[in-house]
Amino acid sequence: MSCLETIQSYSLRSIGIGERLLPRSDFTLCEQVVLIGSGMIWNVYFGLMALTTGFFLATAIALGKGSANPWLRKPAEWFIFLFRGSPLFIQFFFAYFLFLNLKGAYPFFDPFTAAWLGALIVLFLNTGAYSAQIFYGALQSIPKGEVEAADAYGLSGWSRFRRIVWPTMLRLAWPAYTNEAIFLFHATTLVYFSGFPAWQQRGDALYYASYFADKTFNPFVPYPILAGYFILLTLVIIGLFGLVNRRLNRHLPANARSKMKLRLNLIR
Amino acid sequence: MFSYCSDPDTLERLWWLSCYLTTGVHFSFYLSFLKVIGILAVTAPVALAFGFAGAMSARSQILPVSWLGKAYIAIVRGVPDIAFFLFFVIALDQGFEWLRHQALCPDWTDPIRQGNDFLVCPQAKLPLGTAPQAVHQAYAFALAVMTFALVFGAFVANVIFGAMRAVPKAQLETAEAYGMSPRQTFWRILVPQMWVYALPGLSNLWQVLIKATPLLFLLGIEDVVYWARELGGTKTARFTAYPHGDWRMWYFLALLVFYLFMTWGSEKVLSRIMARLTRGQATTGGEAQRKGAPA
Repeated sequence: MSCLETIQSYSLRSIGIGERLLPRSDFTLCEQVVLIGSGMIWNVYFGLMALTTGFFLATAIALGKGSANPWLRKPAEWFIFLFRGSPLFIQFFFAYFLFLNLKGAYPFFDPFTAAWLGALIVLFLNTGAYSAQIFYGALQSIPKGEVEAADAYGLSGWSRFRRIVWPTMLRLAWPAYTNEAIFLFHATTLVYFSGFPAWQQRGDALYYASYFADKTFNPFVPYPILAGYFILLTLVIIGLFGLVNRRLNRHLPANARSKMKLRLNLIR
Repeated sequence: MFSYCSDPDTLERLWWLSCYLTTGVHFSFYLSFLKVIGILAVTAPVALAFGFAGAMSARSQILPVSWLGKAYIAIVRGVPDIAFFLFFVIALDQGFEWLRHQALCPDWTDPIRQGNDFLVCPQAKLPLGTAPQAVHQAYAFALAVMTFALVFGAFVANVIFGAMRAVPKAQLETAEAYGMSPRQTFWRILVPQMWVYALPGLSNLWQVLIKATPLLFLLGIEDVVYWARELGGTKTARFTAYPHGDWRMWYFLALLVFYLFMTWGSEKVLSRIMARLTRGQATTGGEAQRKGAPA
């Protein structure tokens, strides 16, 4: 099979399009690159969906934690503690078995035991908690002069939040939030190792990488391929978030802009 | 365990539970919690040593050594965590066997990689095929510790490298002015002062390390996750005196609580250590302590 044919039959294998059977012997480099790349679809899907939905949850939770009302503050604090204080791996397992039990009782929960929804919910809540902590920190360090100025201009409530507090919060939180995004994409590799079954061997990049490593007893090919894909993905994230960072800081003189400092710190 | 446990079917709910939770397999489960704490206790100092060595080599005046240290830090950051865990366990295992193969069977001519197989001579196998089960388990555990230490060593190296650069230059220049050699400056001035800068990063890493311990399961260790899955699964009356449905959810809830306690407890301890280390330091925290302290 030439490499072009391999791409045709395996590039969308992870979402069920193309050849049904995975290669079983005589693995070529091309097959490994294509299949692991095909798995990346899931990593991108999980990361992207969790990040976009989690962003709103995180904003809400951060505001809750910053609020003076204990009925809002306490639940937000507990939520953050619960998801930041326990391993994501265990959260996946717990959620999977919880959904499995619920499925037995209510048929409504049928799709929740599948990774595309169940794992996404866990990632959504998890990134919500981590990002909320980052946003909360930013909320605390908004210069008080800006809020006072907003008051002086007669802005209050929603319009003050929308025009003054929120943009500044994002601007201050953005470098840390970029790290969180990278972190989240890396965490998506845990999904298929934590209870959620890979239906018809449609797994993510690490699922295929470990498939090859198991079959060939040679970790020195599939894992570096996986690492290469993730380094590329990380660079793309850094690029995109850098653009947003530029936009958030566009009103500032060049020397006052917050620099993107990347501190890759993995595993949650 | 208790005398009334001989016939569990007749017992009341609470008594039944007390018998159920003290069966032999449950003690293996409780033991696996100690395993988690054990791996933390072993990994943390080893990773700290790796990190210190990595940071020292990254700071080295000799260019190749400094490249080596920087490459170590850079490679481990930026690639997904568990990919490393899965990779290092096989890679280390094969690496050791290959080294032993070179040393023990120099006249072995067959290639080691034959298609999909990795074949070394029988004497070089690790552990030896004849070794008892306990040795196999100990070897797997040691490999897991090595893997954790290697990965976390890079993170630690990064933190310590940063902390060493954060120590005020004036301190080092003063040491030089007093006629200390570079080695004396390093050990007597730089190292004692860098900890306060390193601690926030290190305590963060400690929390990350705690939360990484369930990944032991992926390395083939019979850890908490393994036992929670084993014990929680549905048991029928045919195979056990304590039949129950699918309780894995509850077992994982217990793990969740265990980890919450671990992180919460270490946060308390670490903030104490931070307060202790800040004492007398030329930082805002130290200044605040000085002002707060009674004269």
